[in-house]
Amino acid sequence: MAKNTPSNCRIIFEQHAYIIGWIFPHGCGSFAPFAAKHELRSTVSAELYRELSWLPRPPDDFATSCKQLTKTESEVGKQIRFLATHALDERQLSRLGRAIAIVREQGRSLKPLVPFKLGLVGNGTLDLMVPVLVATAARHGFALECVTGAYDQFLQDSLQPDSSLNTSRPDAVLIALDHRGLALQPSPGNEEIAAQTVDSAIGLVNTIRAGFARNSNAVCILQTLAAPPEGLFGSFDRALKGTARNLVDRFNQEVCQAVLQSTDLLLDVAGIAETVGLADWHSPAQWNLAKLPFSDDFVPLYAEHVCRIIGALRGKSRRCLVLDLDNTVWGGVIGDDGLEGIQLAQGDATGEAFLSVQQLALALRARGVVLAVSSKNTDSIARRPFKEHPDMLLREDHIAVFQANWDDKATNIRAIAKELSLGLDSFVFLDDNPVERGLIRREIPEVAVPELDSDPAGYARTLAAAGYFEAIGFSDEDRARADMYQANARRLSLQGQTSDLPSYLRSLEMRIVFGAFDPTTRSRVTQLINKSNQFNLTTRRYTEAQIEQLEGSDDVMTLHVRLFDKFGDNGIICVIICRPSRPGTWTIDTWLMSCRVLGRCVEQAVLSEILNRARAAGISTLEGRYIPTERNEMVREHYGKLGFTRVEEGPDGSSRWELSTDTELGDLPMTVEREQPQLQPA
Amino acid sequence: MRQSTGKDMMMDQAQIYTQLTSVFRDVFDEDDLALKPQTTADDVDGWDSLTHIRLVLAVSKAFGVKFSASEIGSLKNVGEFVDLIQKKT
Repeated sequence: MAKNTPSNCRIIFEQHAYIIGWIFPHGCGSFAPFAAKHELRSTVSAELYRELSWLPRPPDDFATSCKQLTKTESEVGKQIRFLATHALDERQLSRLGRAIAIVREQGRSLKPLVPFKLGLVGNGTLDLMVPVLVATAARHGFALECVTGAYDQFLQDSLQPDSSLNTSRPDAVLIALDHRGLALQPSPGNEEIAAQTVDSAIGLVNTIRAGFARNSNAVCILQTLAAPPEGLFGSFDRALKGTARNLVDRFNQEVCQAVLQSTDLLLDVAGIAETVGLADWHSPAQWNLAKLPFSDDFVPLYAEHVCRIIGALRGKSRRCLVLDLDNTVWGGVIGDDGLEGIQLAQGDATGEAFLSVQQLALALRARGVVLAVSSKNTDSIARRPFKEHPDMLLREDHIAVFQANWDDKATNIRAIAKELSLGLDSFVFLDDNPVERGLIRREIPEVAVPELDSDPAGYARTLAAAGYFEAIGFSDEDRARADMYQANARRLSLQGQTSDLPSYLRSLEMRIVFGAFDPTTRSRVTQLINKSNQFNLTTRRYTEAQIEQLEGSDDVMTLHVRLFDKFGDNGIICVIICRPSRPGTWTIDTWLMSCRVLGRCVEQAVLSEILNRARAAGISTLEGRYIPTERNEMVREHYGKLGFTRVEEGPDGSSRWELSTDTELGDLPMTVEREQPQLQPA
Repeated sequence: MRQSTGKDMMMDQAQIYTQLTSVFRDVFDEDDLALKPQTTADDVDGWDSLTHIRLVLAVSKAFGVKFSASEIGSLKNVGEFVDLIQKKT
């Protein structure tokens, strides 16, 4: 064998160059600085999820701050939410959860946290999770109250109308059953028994669901199962009918079907456990010791997922992603490095990291998340890559609002919110710069700002892991939403150009379409009823089942309102429910509207339609009510502006208004259509 | 100067008591909590079965050791807990 002299060293290197090239397609040369610059750290591994690494580290005085909550004079709800919005471990969350419980016992208001009551049934020790769930819920804006069932008594809790769970009237019940609670006994190779086992497991879950639906009218959150990692045959476990793995896979498919065919919700425990690793998820020691259904390390992550579902149910999921540009969407600084200097190419390790951020942003846009840009740049320079760079995936027409200027980013984000008519709590801000992130967290705490590691390879995964855009359904309307907001932003800029409002409104060529509640619009109507906060006179929430009941009702008048204009379909933008209250009187139980159609005479058009239908039903008086909340100040004078007379005002700021149905409204700048003409010409 | 003899590898009881006390204080939210070898669940407010689980999990994390169900089940008081921890560290 030849000795490694300097000359044949080179030969050996060249012989192996293909391997080096294969492993590192970007070349040996670029690998060295790459490795030095970015340590291949673990923040994009399971730790990212377990530690909730998209949240900032907790303050050093976290424990003291929790203690002080019980003495905080004002805005304790805000302080709780601030503390909860950190990467807290199980013990810190328990501590915060217990402090919240004490504040609640003191009888103090947790506003602006919104009350939510969650029932919790399942097998194993669930009580340990309760304080963690309470603290995690505060991160999502909820004052959560948990009602736990008795240990392993989930059937009784559900089927007995007077069980403590049913009588507590929960908003939702989490059915936290795992493979042990469902008695999924393996029967390897025996398909007949396997099918029976899966059927009876699903049957059990369905019985529990039906019980809660009947006895407390609560929506249920169903879990998929995390497969136990202990195999029996090895790889063949997956293929053979009746193995533990096979039963779990089949059960999970059935649960997904059940969720798709109902209004119940899905918590994909299987997905969470697979993401972090089944071997770590299941802890035999902790099960034996304390009947913990999964390792306590993952309780914070589990609780985070539960609260995302609750958030999505209540319309609190985020709707807009604001992107920084330099070193977030591309590598480098466009103003310094120029079009050729920024890193964005396929085949370049750093460039590909940024491309995956763009890919994720585009995928989010395709499912209805609005994209915006906030960059400290000169506008024309910031736009150049969007227009001219061949590797850019994002293009200018994907961005609803483009803010490239030298203002501070808080000002920019407020401007974007205004232009899109979205609340600040709908926003996520992605920026590689910790200073900008800190500024936004301090100035606009409502905005979600994920922590990013120094390595851009983790940006896309971190943003996805943070789960800001959790959804419990996906409709055609969602699909079109990003375009809709963008069109709206264009409408606003058109409005800026026209000084004469009536002629502007006429130029929109609006067409308003009225219809009663029906099955095709049921889910969107329910969604609006549960998430509209600002333009909502009474903020009454109804479940999909309750909406279904209204569809068949003869004496309740319901409307969904759709608005089209020359920029496109705005979708359903208003929901009305009128109930007969006294002879000759309809009370407007629910009037809510999407804020993005404000100032376009839609209110007048809707009132005109209500008056038409009231007269046709022999109603002489229309009664309106305003019930104040933290969020609906903007409609305090809604009925007054429409010509109603105030007849009563409560000490809490609520008010009652009346209008004679003889009232005629003037011409409106839109054409009116009715989906199912219910009015016979007189 | 610290001597690194084999004996030092094992935590002494005083060190364990100090660290264990801080875990107890954290779990029970009680800054003045003090531990003695003869302390039992009856002596500490709020030491129920659930807090016991929380405590065992917290101790196991703080000392980087694992306990089996039978080891935990046979403990009579804090002194025995400390002995068990000492055996494992």
